[in-house]
This record gives sequence, structure tokens and C-alpha cells, in this order.
Amino acid sequence: MKTASRLMIAASVCLAMAACSHKVKEQPPVDNGNNGMNGATTGGIPEAGKYGPGDLDTDACLRQRVVYFDFDQDTLKPEFQATIACHAKYLRDRPEARMTLEGNADERGTREYNLGLGERRGNAVSAALGSSGQTSVVSYGEEKPVCLDSNEDCWAKNRRVEIVYTAK
Amino acid sequence: MKRIFLPVLLIVLSWLPLGAACAQGLDIGLVVGNDSALPIAVVPMPYQGSGTAPGADVGSIIRADLNRSGQFNSLPLEKIVEQPTRGSEIKFPTWRVLRQDFVVVGRVLDDADGGYRVEYELYDVAKQQRLLGLALGGRAQGMRDVAHQIADQIYEKILGVRGAFWTSIAYVTATGTSPHIQYALMVADSDGFNPQTVVRSSEPLLSPAWSPDRRKLAYVSFERGNSTIYVQELTTGAREVLASFRGINGAPAFSPDGRRLALTLSKTGNPEIYVMDLASKALTQVTNHYSIDTEAVWTPDGQSLIFTSDRAGKPQVYQVPAGGGEPVRLSFEGQSNARATVSFDGKKIAMAQGNGNIYRIAVLDRSFGGTGRWQTLSPGNLDESPSFAPNASMLLYATKEGHRGVLYAVSADGRVRQRLVLADGDVREPAWSPFRQR
Repeated sequence: MKTASRLMIAASVCLAMAACSHKVKEQPPVDNGNNGMNGATTGGIPEAGKYGPGDLDTDACLRQRVVYFDFDQDTLKPEFQATIACHAKYLRDRPEARMTLEGNADERGTREYNLGLGERRGNAVSAALGSSGQTSVVSYGEEKPVCLDSNEDCWAKNRRVEIVYTAK
Repeated sequence: MKRIFLPVLLIVLSWLPLGAACAQGLDIGLVVGNDSALPIAVVPMPYQGSGTAPGADVGSIIRADLNRSGQFNSLPLEKIVEQPTRGSEIKFPTWRVLRQDFVVVGRVLDDADGGYRVEYELYDVAKQQRLLGLALGGRAQGMRDVAHQIADQIYEKILGVRGAFWTSIAYVTATGTSPHIQYALMVADSDGFNPQTVVRSSEPLLSPAWSPDRRKLAYVSFERGNSTIYVQELTTGAREVLASFRGINGAPAFSPDGRRLALTLSKTGNPEIYVMDLASKALTQVTNHYSIDTEAVWTPDGQSLIFTSDRAGKPQVYQVPAGGGEPVRLSFEGQSNARATVSFDGKKIAMAQGNGNIYRIAVLDRSFGGTGRWQTLSPGNLDESPSFAPNASMLLYATKEGHRGVLYAVSADGRVRQRLVLADGDVREPAWSPFRQR
């Protein structure tokens, strides 16, 4: 019994890790922004087992850039642990990477209070990512809704932190 | 007849969903009436000059102003059976039969400098006595201002309280969904006419706050990527950054003497309230708590700040000495209360009160001592951002009808409520200006 459940846990951990894995071989040449005077372009090849900038567009986990929250809450929900984990790994793999965490709230509650709430959510994601030197938090409160209806479906879409890479 | 039917009409109208009025294309109109308001007949004021009549209808602007206040019930145009333009032409029995307490007559004439002059008189019908007889001049563009000034004079003569019609409102408009939202900070007349753009941005603008001399607006703009507090001179458009710290820079509020600014900063890690001395830019931290402390407004004596904090779990309204100290909770009704506005005499505090998903404007009246008396002023569901008129006779607030943000003016007793006519679609965060200096 105990062994079986351990195996199950191990298997699910493997699956979770697989979901966040990436294929280095498919990495296209990367523009490091070093466009030389003569027009030459250099490309960095990530080390094996580490993320590279191209993974941001191709890796299924890294492409998840939005974390959603419950009403008036800044607690990270379990379903976003995998997303947080792969972005945390990306930041560790690429010390030069920088991201802005844009905190947002739904329309309920007052605007300035929601600025505070959005910041709390951004801080919660930042703390979970663990690389505070690479992340900065901006709260937009309820000022940048992606959905305008006044119902729970829409509110759920607006209660979010958007992960925006400012340097890959 | 009218007196009998009015209460019935009130009940019917007050239960109509707000969206119904919108769907019918009504842009203006009293949503709720007030049967105890003073009946006043404002007779049309025709142009009797020799040139072109002004575009603005002075009489109808006065009529709408007085109605919106909730203190007056203007006789509808179709019931104005006689049209005197001066006191000597008034037949008092006519207005007595129409049960009018007051009658206003007047006319628009050419002025020597190429503008217009409105001559008007206010009469007490029962006493057949002239209460006011005045002339006001204005250019063609300024005739709405002239009408608002006349409404203010009538209001003050009859009620003994300064009128607040010739004032301004600031508000924010926004259109579209993220990432394609356009924001604008606007200033308009108190009835929503004559809108002017103060600043426009593709990043959020919020929390406009008037300086006491009404020359400047402080506001929050995200144009630099993070929230930043600006203060802008309205006539010149010149502006200055007052706060651009790491984290939130929000909720500016000028002190009554105009020398200090209360604001919210989260540079220490979570939102706290500070007071900035505007001459030296020195900051004094007022609150120190791990909760969200924000939305500070000043009491009229400049001694205290009233602010929102969720230190007890849900947002509630607290009062704290402006120099710092132990906050005292003021709101003990409703699941949450936030974003207070204070009347000029400090007796009434209006706020957005939440119960479940319903947010209404509630007012706490502290005139009678104790923890105060509560009254709900608006029907919900998403009412917010109350702002008292400088004479506290009315409040503005924002709500949502469908996808559209709209502004309402409501009388301080909650009996008369009216949507403001504004050209732009989505409107929020009204801030009523102080009085003009006289």
C-alpha cells in the first residue's frame, strides 16, 4: 500500500516535471540583441537541462503566463504551482532574465483598495518565484480588465497576475 | 391630482431597473422624485435682443439645476400656461392655482459689449413679494455659466444655503478592454455639460482630487509604467510629479488649506497613508499596519484623515489624526465600507458599502453623536466613488449599467437621483470641485 502510493506520487511528480520540460534540440537560433556593427548576429545555445529564451514561446508550461485568484484573496491556488515552478526554474536558469508581475483585481471593491489587492497578488507570485532580484511588481488594480461583464465568470478572468518578461 | 399621483409614481420609478431607462434611450430624467420639494415655476426667458439668440436655454438650465438638487420641484414646461418676462406681468392667482410657492421670470437682452445680459426676478407667490431682481452678463459661450449662477442665487435666497450649481466635476473615462483601453481625465460643468480633457493616456488614470482653490487637480497616472501621482494646473496644463516611489503611488487628497497632500505609498512593502508637505515635499507616515491602508480624505478642520483599511479583515472606514496615532473605526454597518467622502461641516461621511455582490452608497450622519445614523442613498449594484457637493446638498457617484460606467447625482437625502449627461461612453470616479472663491 505504502509503496504503491509512493509510486503514484513519484509518477505524478514525474508527470508534473515532464509538463515543464523542454526540448533543447528544437531551440531555434536566438538573437541575444547583439546585432554587431557589421550586421552579424550571435546565438546562444542553452546548456542541457536549462531553459533558453526560445522556450518562452514553445514550452507548454512557460507559455502559461497568467495566475488567477479567488475574490479578495492573494493565496496561490494549487493548480498554478506547476506554472510558478517552471517560471521559477526559468529565472534560475537565466539570471539575466527579468519579469514584471502585473497584479489585477475584479471590479468589486473600490479602485484604490484594488490597487493594494493587485499588489498583494503580485507579491504572492513574486515570493513563490523566489528570485526577487529578477522580478518587479506593478499593480493595476481593476483598471485593466480583460472582460467587462458583471458576473463571476468575468470577475474570475480579471482577478489575475500576468507574468510579463521584460528581459529574456 | 398631481399631489396624489406623485407618491405612486415614485414607487414605480424607484423599482424600475436602471437598465430599462437606458434601453429606452433616456439620457436624462429624474429617476426618483421628491414630493416634499418646494414647488417653483421658472418661466421661459426669451431672447428679446436684436441679434442672434444664445444657444443655451437659460430657463431650462435653471429648471434642471433646481430639480436635480432635490430641494425644488420645478413646474414642467407644459404646465407653464402664462409666460410673463418681468415682475409687473405676473398674475399671482395663476401661480397660486398651480400651487407654486415661487415664480421666476426673466429675459435675455443684448449687452453693450456684444454679449448677453439676463435680467431676472424671483417672487414669493403667497406674499406677492419680490425676493430677487438681478442682471447677469455673459458671452454666448458663457450662458450656461450665467444660468447656473442664477440657479445658485435662487437656491441661496430661498434656502439660506449657498448653491453649488456653478461648480465643476472631474471624472475619468475609459473605453475598450485590456490591452486596448484609452483613458482620459475630464473636467465638466456640475451638470455634465461642457466637458474638457485634462489628460489623455493609453495607460490607466484614476483618483482625481481638487485643490481647495480649484486651480489644480492631483491624480494617479500609469503612463510611466507604474502608478505616479501628478498635480496639474488646469489653466496652463503644466504639471509636476509628486510621488513616484517603488510600489503604489495612489489616492491623493489635498488638505483643506492646500498645503499638504495625503497619499498612499507602498514603498515599505504594503500600502500605508502618508502626508506630504507640498512646499518641502517632506513625507510623514500616518499609518503603520500590514493591512491595506488607503483612500484618505481630510476632515474639514485639517486635523484628521478618514481612510479605508482592511485591518479587521474586510475593508472598513477609520479615522486617524493627520500627524499619526491610533486609528478609530467609524463603519459598523455593512460587510465592507470604503472610499469615504466628507461633507463640508464634517457631519456626514458617505462611502461605498458592500453586502455580498451589492455595492451601494451609504451615508453615516454623525450630527446626533454616538456611532451615528446610517442611510442608503443609491440602489446598487456596483455603486462607488461618492463625492459630496461643496454645500453637501448632493453627491455624485459612479455605477455601471451593462458594460458602461455612468455617473449619477443624488440629493443628500437620497430622494432625487439623476443620471448625468456625458458625451463619453464609459465614465467613473467623479470628484465634485470646491466652490469658486467669492
